[in-house]
Amino acid sequence: MMRTLRRFNFSTVMLVLGLLFLYLPMVVLVVYSFNASKLVTVWAGFSTQWYGELFRDQQILSAVWTSLRIAFFAASMAVCLGTVAAFVMTRFGHFRGKTALSSMVTAPLVMPEVITGLSLLLLFVQMAQITGWPADRGMATIWIAHTTFCSAYVAVVVAARLREVDHSIEEAAMDLGSPPLKTFFSITLPIITPALVAGWLLAFTLSLDDLVIASFVSGPGANTLPMVVFSSVRMGVSPKINALATLIILTVSLATLLAWFFMRRSETKRGAALQEAALHDD
Amino acid sequence: MKPSRLSARPATMLKRWQLGRRAVIALPLVWLTLFFLLPFALVLKISLSEAAIAIPPYGPLLEYADQTLHVFLNLGNYLFLLSDSLYIAAYWGSVKTAFIATAACLLLGYPMAYAMARASARWQLLLLLLVMLPSWTSFLIRVYAWMGILSNNGLINNLLIGLGLIDTPLRMMNTQFAVTIGIVYAYLPFMVLPLYAHLTRMDNSLLEAASDLGSRKLNTFIKVTLPLSMGGIVAGSMLVFIPAVGEFVIPELLGGPDTLMIGKVLWEEFFLNRDWPVASALAMVMLLLLLVPIVWFHRYQSRELE
Repeated sequence: MMRTLRRFNFSTVMLVLGLLFLYLPMVVLVVYSFNASKLVTVWAGFSTQWYGELFRDQQILSAVWTSLRIAFFAASMAVCLGTVAAFVMTRFGHFRGKTALSSMVTAPLVMPEVITGLSLLLLFVQMAQITGWPADRGMATIWIAHTTFCSAYVAVVVAARLREVDHSIEEAAMDLGSPPLKTFFSITLPIITPALVAGWLLAFTLSLDDLVIASFVSGPGANTLPMVVFSSVRMGVSPKINALATLIILTVSLATLLAWFFMRRSETKRGAALQEAALHDD
Repeated sequence: MKPSRLSARPATMLKRWQLGRRAVIALPLVWLTLFFLLPFALVLKISLSEAAIAIPPYGPLLEYADQTLHVFLNLGNYLFLLSDSLYIAAYWGSVKTAFIATAACLLLGYPMAYAMARASARWQLLLLLLVMLPSWTSFLIRVYAWMGILSNNGLINNLLIGLGLIDTPLRMMNTQFAVTIGIVYAYLPFMVLPLYAHLTRMDNSLLEAASDLGSRKLNTFIKVTLPLSMGGIVAGSMLVFIPAVGEFVIPELLGGPDTLMIGKVLWEEFFLNRDWPVASALAMVMLLLLLVPIVWFHRYQSRELE
């Protein structure tokens, strides 16, 4: 009762305003991607010509492919590294180097990109001088850079899940003679799978989105999508970029809708299971 | 994995597990040391070297010649930063802009997170996804959206002129205002998320107790809700402030000649002037400026991690 009465208060109004602030610019992008005029801000009738031009732009298409490959491999590696880091920090108690590890896991979350990018480039240059690798900077160096900062995000997501999970199941398995590695793969991993999926998706979008770090550590060979978009956007607004933005927004919205659907379904299932359990208890 | 649980096992097995444990710890530790910590040492090193026309464009720090080791430590880059008012103005501009944007994010984000935490369980998930969704699209494209909205022949000016409210377009693009709006827009979800996480975890019985004891709403908010959500305020503010200080894309696309920010200056020193030592010195000073906020953020975050 109190809840319905409180519906129209200050914070609710701010929430609506905040969501409008977040979404109106994206709606504008989408609407103007269907504009017939080359001038993005003057409406000259409905047209889908910019989508056609987008799909004929070889530079953008090959950049999309490069970005997708880097993001896939960076996210996969980041999930492995991040999960191990999260597990070590939440389950291993105290060990030497723990403070160092937890600092290095949280610092990339806030580190300004220009600093990360510059420092990694200097590392790759130095490595090339000493070991001869990497002779050419490109996809491999971007992959390493993205893996490093993405694994920090994965570690935070997975650690949050590990803290929620009941530790006693793992301990019970170990007491019954299951070795640590087997316990991890047969007990812990299945429980934290949703967090791994969430972490992978987060790392994937972060890698796809990165402009600054990739610009520093990339060589002449590899152009990622943000690098191509940036050099085009610098020249001013272009309806082709609006079309690209619309496709990105559409993809992310559909994926989010799908995630929402599954999360709600599993929540309802869990609620039903809990109710049933309560009934049987009686 | 407490020792007591393992003591029943044979000693050889214990030893193997100890080895495995060390290997598991070493994996993330070695990767992050190599690709996160070591690079900073190199930035420090290059910032102390002299610019040179070479590949890579800096001189050596150590040189072995005439059977003696020569060490070249050059503080010139740091002195150069102090001598040119451009750099100090850029640092000040970055900190000021980031501070204003963080305050704006907090003022808008706190009520949003508060309303989300008070919503029914069904709505909470949907609202959370709605707030986070923009940050999963593309940072670059969300900044780009404001170029079309704020420019002289952009949406806002066309609208205002069409309504007859103004005759000449307002200059909003390439101003401090545009940069601040861009930062608030891009970073708002990162402010709301930790605030929401703290507010939703809060024990509602505390609020009920306060109200039962006759505390008024505003009083309860200031004395109970606000202190309990302090962790969220710090985490959210640092997640906005620290990256915003080093921001490059937003001042590059929305800013103008009078909106100096250090991230953009560093980028130009590196890519346009190809002066790697000065760019490294700029990065070291920025890191020094951000050291206190980063440590502050880390202390709140590591409490969450354990």
